[in-house]
Amino acid sequence: MASLRVLPGFGLSLGGTLLFASFAILLPLGALVLKAAGLSWPEFWGYVSDPRALATYRVTLLAAGAATAINLLLGLLAAWILVRYEFPGRRLLDAAIDLPFALPTAVAGIALAALTVPTGAVGALFAPLGWKIAYAFPGIVLAMTFTSLPFVVRTVQPVLADLEPHLEEAALTLGAGPFTTFRRVILPELFPALLAGGALSFVRSLGEFGAVVFIAGNLPFRTEIASLLVYIRMDEFNYPAAAALATVILGFALVFLVVMNALQARLYRRFHG
Amino acid sequence: MNPSGHAPAIARRSVHGHRGRIALVWLGAGSTGLLILLPLVAVFAHALRDGLSAYVGHLATPESVHAIGLTLLAAGVAVPVSTAFGLTAAWTVGKFDFPGRRLLTSLIELPLSLSPIIFGVAYLFVFGMQGLLGPWLDAHGVSLAFNVTAIVVVTTMVTSPYVFREVLPLVLSQGAQEEQAAVMLGAGGWQTFLRVTLPNIRWALLYGVTLCFARSLGEFGAVSVVSGAVRGETNTITLHIELLANDRVATGAFAIATILTSIAIVTLLVKTWVERRESTEM
Repeated sequence: MASLRVLPGFGLSLGGTLLFASFAILLPLGALVLKAAGLSWPEFWGYVSDPRALATYRVTLLAAGAATAINLLLGLLAAWILVRYEFPGRRLLDAAIDLPFALPTAVAGIALAALTVPTGAVGALFAPLGWKIAYAFPGIVLAMTFTSLPFVVRTVQPVLADLEPHLEEAALTLGAGPFTTFRRVILPELFPALLAGGALSFVRSLGEFGAVVFIAGNLPFRTEIASLLVYIRMDEFNYPAAAALATVILGFALVFLVVMNALQARLYRRFHG
Repeated sequence: MNPSGHAPAIARRSVHGHRGRIALVWLGAGSTGLLILLPLVAVFAHALRDGLSAYVGHLATPESVHAIGLTLLAAGVAVPVSTAFGLTAAWTVGKFDFPGRRLLTSLIELPLSLSPIIFGVAYLFVFGMQGLLGPWLDAHGVSLAFNVTAIVVVTTMVTSPYVFREVLPLVLSQGAQEEQAAVMLGAGGWQTFLRVTLPNIRWALLYGVTLCFARSLGEFGAVSVVSGAVRGETNTITLHIELLANDRVATGAFAIATILTSIAIVTLLVKTWVERRESTEM
């Protein structure tokens, strides 16, 4: 898209956008970082590296990683059947995929918890096996999987729909089986979309709070996520600790987003010349 | 009808009589379908467990009514502000090319990928007594922390990207030729926007506004940080749900949750309808 300064209103709309974004996003996040920057290094390091904080990073990263892995499989499968096959209820399923975006996460949290406690409809199936879902680590993974489910589906779906049929046909004609064709021809084409969807799913899972706190059990060292610890420190009026921990979470998310953006730009260049 | 709006390169195949395909469809539709539908069913089943009159009773308590009112107030500010901002920002980013355009887009969308707790805490570091401006505001008799204003402002901050995100792809894909033509023919900027741009993006805008409304009603993390959480005084719907869930009044929590769940379902209906309109108009 070329420079289109023919249109009026650039200065005004850019000014308005910058003003609001500065007030709503830059000012608070800047104040947060400023607060953390006011701490001495040993103080900051003490808050962000105490064993309880380290345990929250581990729980959050592992659960988000597991949820993303599940969503990559589930999302690819859902996108595949929605694009490739005609079956009863397809349009309903297609519409329902976006429910986790529209449903408040706190509601998702209480509903998933009610289903997966040992007396719940789903929990009762797993209780005899000795598997605990709600108020345990799998509950966190489940909550994150639910809230970030649409990302992989919605990034893979359009790419899959636009895939040129001749490559696949060529592979099949040359004697490749459906599995080989999928692995060697289709999967590489979908890789950038899977990467983008997986990245969105992962960063969204890291940031998930509402759904997780209702199902996690929130036991320190075991099922406590990083943003909950920030909340608890805030509640204890321990503002320096809250600022330090929140800055670590913010920094991690920003670095992750920048790296993923760069990676995608690189992939895009490789695929499209 | 695929999301990009044109016919798929490969025609959809019938699964009839093909065992492998049937198995894939069962596996895919079954797992995703259950993951999405079971929580929905659970909300209504738990809400109605003690009967319809108990359900209505839970919704009609003064605390519930108050929470609904406060939440509507927050949404009533958040949705118009996010809409105005989303349209302005999408116009800026979508119709003009300038250095830092992608950076600005990422900045605007940041609340979508950051924990709302971070925003709540960051808000207090500006407007709380420990914050940058809090003490100064307090000296002038203004309090913006732990009250209704804080809830409203923080809800607006966290839900500000939704309209932008839904509208931007459409603004980008339509380029600016039509607008340029309108301007050449003598239309003013405002007139161009109202007569040319807005009709082109109205369906995406409708979905964006609906989604923003649903998210602002359901905002939980940021609001729970900045609210005093005094029952009946500064409780939103989600904070009230948390309170009831913690008090083990589970049916009450689910009764209130049915409101948010119903709105989520309406949001999906709007989206489906909007996509159908868009594909017939293209």
